[in-house]
Amino acid sequence: MRLQDILSLTQAQFFGLDPAPAVVNREVRLGFGADLMSDVLRYDVAQGLMITGLVNPQIVRTAEMADAAAILIVRGKIPPPETNDLAGRVGIPIMGTEMSMFEACGRLYQAGLPPARRQDEVG
Amino acid sequence: MEQDPIRQERVITDAAAGLITRVEELAYELKIEEVMTRDIKVVTPAMTMQEVLNLFREGRISGAPVILEEKLVGIISLEDLIRALQDYGRGELHAPVAHYMTSKVITVNALDPIVEALKLFAQTRFGRLAVTDNGNKLVGIITKGDITRGLLNAIQRDYQAEELKRYRASHLFEDIISDRTSLILRYQIKPRDFTHGGTASSHIKRALLRLGATPQIARRCGIAVYEAEMNLIIHTDHGGEVRVEIEPHQIVMETVDDGPGIEDVELALKPGYSTATPDIREMGFGAGMGLKNIQRCVNEFLLESLPGQGTRLQVKIHLQPEETFSDNNHARAAD
Repeated sequence: MRLQDILSLTQAQFFGLDPAPAVVNREVRLGFGADLMSDVLRYDVAQGLMITGLVNPQIVRTAEMADAAAILIVRGKIPPPETNDLAGRVGIPIMGTEMSMFEACGRLYQAGLPPARRQDEVG
Repeated sequence: MEQDPIRQERVITDAAAGLITRVEELAYELKIEEVMTRDIKVVTPAMTMQEVLNLFREGRISGAPVILEEKLVGIISLEDLIRALQDYGRGELHAPVAHYMTSKVITVNALDPIVEALKLFAQTRFGRLAVTDNGNKLVGIITKGDITRGLLNAIQRDYQAEELKRYRASHLFEDIISDRTSLILRYQIKPRDFTHGGTASSHIKRALLRLGATPQIARRCGIAVYEAEMNLIIHTDHGGEVRVEIEPHQIVMETVDDGPGIEDVELALKPGYSTATPDIREMGFGAGMGLKNIQRCVNEFLLESLPGQGTRLQVKIHLQPEETFSDNNHARAAD
């Protein structure tokens, strides 16, 4: 699923500068929603979409460590400048939606975005 | 830039996406003067189209600015020449340049980014633009071909620079001869520094990739060291040190701090157990999963702590033969 599809399915927008077409067309292979960063790190979210209600810079670090492809912030939260700056530096695009975690995840799952599996299940 | 319909259909890999984004960045970074043709042939309005034909053929060019008394008055192109040929036929190109040139000349500033030229190409369908300096003096000509060449050269330079860095880093262990070589990285972590939390881990992960680690190994190390780094930030009195020792066959990561120490190490290892305060949990940490996550990523795990004295965590990742930092596996670093 492309980030473009995620934007339209969750009525989301990019934070920061207008992203390049290559970013809009970036593919994510799965989705994972959590407000606990250790939960994210417990799952295999590589090249996946990390969905969270948090906005601090640690969401970008967590995504970077887990090789996530993009972040979707739910519940209409706005990330502070330091989060956007870090995201720009490490090249992880951040999108935001007014939808709740449940609704955003539900719509993406329904549209065919597969769930992440635990690291130990992937091997 | 214009959206390319083919590009939209294709599944783009991360590597390709990086490259395309880089081209777009370069369109803003590169200046027109860096890619334009400086050594230009000029013609005058009174010259004949036959002279233009000879000039184009000899210079292997497809257009030239028309200058009168040091002022730019037009542009003459291959297409104008073809029109003249249609009108007169071969060998009868006596008409003056003034008759066929395009007198509406679009100019760009030499110091503008090339994206400005790209915009004008898209808007006007002209093949070439005159480039002027701040004093409005003609200093060159820019075509789409110049831009393509300039972008390719810039990407090539980027690529070679990165390649060289990777090459040097990935051969570190072969270039230095000893009975046992290791590379040690040390980072001082401040307590409660949530803004910079993870910076050390980010540097460590990048160093490993540069040395030629597989993405899987880099991710395992990254996750383990990140959890450990956050523990120093969240729990320690005075922060601590992250120390990573990289050897061809293994990676050892260690965090050391001077307190407060862990009362019951066994209990601390239980999934879900945490001493973190609610404000830490609000930031997404302190779920009692960190140590468990570290354990899952590593092959050896040692946690020692004395209340009031401090804590030392040492973990090791063993590298499989195909994962080691050795010459055989260096093709990967150059990928």
